[in-house]
Amino acid sequence: MSAAGEARAPDVESYFNDLARAVDNALVAGERHATWFSAEDSDFVRMNRGKVRQPGTVSQRFIDIRLIRGARHASHSLSLSGDLHSDSRAIGAAVAGLRDVLPQLADDPHLLLPTTVASSRTTRGATLPPTEAIVARMLDAAAGLDLVGLAAAGPVYRGFANSDGQRNWHVVTTFNLQWSLYHRADKAVKASYSDVAWSDAALDERMRASIEQFRLISAPPKALRPGKYRAYLAPAAMQEIVELLAWGGFSARGLETQQSALSRMRVDARLDPRVQIVEDYAAGVAPPFQAEGFARPGSVPLVVDGRLSGALVSPRTAREFALEANGANGAESPEALSIGGGTVATHDALATLDTGLAVGNLWYLNYSDRPACRMTGMTRFATFWVEGGKVVAPVDVLRFDDTLFRMLGDNLEALTTERELLLSSSTYGSRMLTSATLPGALMSELNFTL
Amino acid sequence: MPDQSLLDVAAAADGLDADFWSLRFVEETCESFSVQRNVQQPWAVSTDRGVMASVYAGGGYGYAATADMSPQGLRNALQRAQAWALGTARLALIDSRTLPRPAPRGRYVSPSFDRPLPSHSDWYEMLQRESLQAACDPRIVDWEALVDVLKATHRLITSEGGDVVQWHRYLYPSISVTAHADGVTQQRSLNGQRGMCQQGGVEILDRVGFAGSGRRVAEEALELLLAPNCPSGRMDVLLAPDQMVLQIHESIGHPLELDRILGDERNFAGTSFVTPDMFGTYRYGSEHLNITFDPTRPEELASYAFDDDGTAAERTFLIRDGILERPLGGAISQSRAGLPGVANARAASWNRPPIDRMANLNLEPGDATFDALVAGIERGVLLETNASWSIDDSRNKFQFGCERGRVIENGRLGHVVKNPNYRGISAEFWRSLARVGNAETVRVLGTPYCGKGEPSQTIRVGHTSPACVFTNVDVFGGEA
Repeated sequence: MSAAGEARAPDVESYFNDLARAVDNALVAGERHATWFSAEDSDFVRMNRGKVRQPGTVSQRFIDIRLIRGARHASHSLSLSGDLHSDSRAIGAAVAGLRDVLPQLADDPHLLLPTTVASSRTTRGATLPPTEAIVARMLDAAAGLDLVGLAAAGPVYRGFANSDGQRNWHVVTTFNLQWSLYHRADKAVKASYSDVAWSDAALDERMRASIEQFRLISAPPKALRPGKYRAYLAPAAMQEIVELLAWGGFSARGLETQQSALSRMRVDARLDPRVQIVEDYAAGVAPPFQAEGFARPGSVPLVVDGRLSGALVSPRTAREFALEANGANGAESPEALSIGGGTVATHDALATLDTGLAVGNLWYLNYSDRPACRMTGMTRFATFWVEGGKVVAPVDVLRFDDTLFRMLGDNLEALTTERELLLSSSTYGSRMLTSATLPGALMSELNFTL
Repeated sequence: MPDQSLLDVAAAADGLDADFWSLRFVEETCESFSVQRNVQQPWAVSTDRGVMASVYAGGGYGYAATADMSPQGLRNALQRAQAWALGTARLALIDSRTLPRPAPRGRYVSPSFDRPLPSHSDWYEMLQRESLQAACDPRIVDWEALVDVLKATHRLITSEGGDVVQWHRYLYPSISVTAHADGVTQQRSLNGQRGMCQQGGVEILDRVGFAGSGRRVAEEALELLLAPNCPSGRMDVLLAPDQMVLQIHESIGHPLELDRILGDERNFAGTSFVTPDMFGTYRYGSEHLNITFDPTRPEELASYAFDDDGTAAERTFLIRDGILERPLGGAISQSRAGLPGVANARAASWNRPPIDRMANLNLEPGDATFDALVAGIERGVLLETNASWSIDDSRNKFQFGCERGRVIENGRLGHVVKNPNYRGISAEFWRSLARVGNAETVRVLGTPYCGKGEPSQTIRVGHTSPACVFTNVDVFGGEA
């Protein structure tokens, strides 16, 4: 199997530009359009018990055409075959259908479109090895172990075009390998290797480290009673917390309508002054433009010195609440969230923890009291009981229930100096171009309830 | 699609060196109408068409998905799938030569599939009415009335002569309201986020009482603003159907998925506390617990005649009188595990392969009226509408939250309480099922957002349940 999409990127860009022209040509006088393009050529290989369970390829192209006449607008998203002739016909029919609907709609007071043309073009990533070879290398390295996971690889494309002539193109060729090594039942370690540039040595090193940790998980587990324990959350565990906060927490609309879990930070709630949170578009893999065609700034400060200082503002929210749009997507969810590092070296984290829980991953977080930003979730994968800075035993899964304002506020002892860039492994409908750059966090106590 | 030429399909498959192949076509349209804070949101429609080619060859299996449904596109997809099968056969977990080779033939049509729907302006007028009624107080800070209208056509053609076409239509009406005052925020909705979702046409709106619900939901949100926190402690809970569906989904549905039990999901969605040796003997719940896989209830969200591997679907007991009988496993998982299953190999769309999913998973009604359920509780709480869900990767330790509670004392419903939560362990919780409501307490609900799989898939599932009483449950409220 060749690497998915290899040598296709220039073809897809040219195809996108032809599609944009087809939308332009479908307009009549007085009409405008704003058009979003999303596509990928992905290999997915699912593994279980050290073998291949489901291997396959997905090639998909979607275009979302917003037809605008005055303050009325409507959109049609359609899948495309890749054949320009038939796709141009489908685009013409979609625009005609939208044209028929517009008279039945009301003017939209929240419509906001770019007033300047800001075209851009970015390409990232290099040719990847054949996915079959990547998988064979993974399975060879874990020979004899119960490996379960997914290899996803190939180019992901985003584009924007409008009737003012703006053209934006963004392609990133990434791979994302996620695997777990199971000892028995729910005792396992999880590891990942994701990037835009491939290295055999990097995969081998991560696989070696996961096998080393696997030996620790094989020890008899310790069952802890519910209670408050000192805890170190590794960056992968912090990512679960960040992903819960991404669910409306930094949304300007969520804050304006009191639905954000961080709403109390506008009143009296604070995080520890050492906590700095930034939407750092420049550091991630997200496109430098959003679906309405607004260019994104390099970064958007969200929490400065523990205080809420900003929010993600979409164009609609900007119009609805008289704010300044800042490149956010329609859901106002972060795409490249970054938490600043602290002062404890990662290799000193367990020594600093001394006695407590080292949590490798968290799982299935949700709010138990959203306005209080109180959240609950489970420990999962490599979670260990630590005494005197040394791992003593893996721990049976525990449920925590605590507020962010305690976890990263009063109870925050330290953040690690080093941070990890974690590319999203989400593949719901398509491969996501989101990431988070996160340190580990030491807490004087974390409340475990079950 | 339905008009896809079988001659084109045969030509596309010509020359394959395969033991078995299939082409699964999917076309789905979705129209979204929404009014938010009395402002019409821009109308949006999506049209998604594509095909999944699957091939068994040389003992391996592979798939390829494309939206190019031309004869050459089909041919390319089949050949790519075959290349995967042959290229990974030496590493394959399953010898595809041992798998069933289905040849299903049949049709399925949703109720009211062709019944006309309101015009765009009529939809917006109806939603605007609910929106205006919801905006009944300055403490209502956000509110939305919406409806999604979907049509889906699935066609499965197999090398053994199988040819199935299924036409579905779905409606998802929804209302949600946020109230805020004096530092307190409360949200209330119509059966949760898209919890009201059924197959059919506009008759669904009458069935669920959509008209007038904007005002009712808003008034309940305002009532919650002034309500005390839910009490804490061990007590009985009476779960309304719009919380029961989540309880069934998370702590019966997912743990019974056979691919989880076989380990496929352990890197992502998780494993299961259920093991293969439990089927036939394990007491999952009290004698009042009867769970069916039921694809035959026409209005329920995941009713169909065949699953995406071509297995004919029929009503089947999974748990009878509390005893676990069979898992949620499709034909391939059944072959792997040597266990009986159901027709639940399902794919989210053309771009994802079928895996074991819930479909309609229902709790069968008992004989207690709602009043009798309340009357039997000395100290407890009625919990309505799921708001929060979290459960461990073995689907055992759970914690769920609801939008609204009402205390029950000495067999009488009392005042409203806010932020109700409860937690428990699946393996113990269902054994505390003490009473099951009768057919009059049953609601047909579901969710379009069940997530699972690598690559991940969001799929529609239906759940029908009566109200139920559980004893000695750990209940608690929000942050003091």
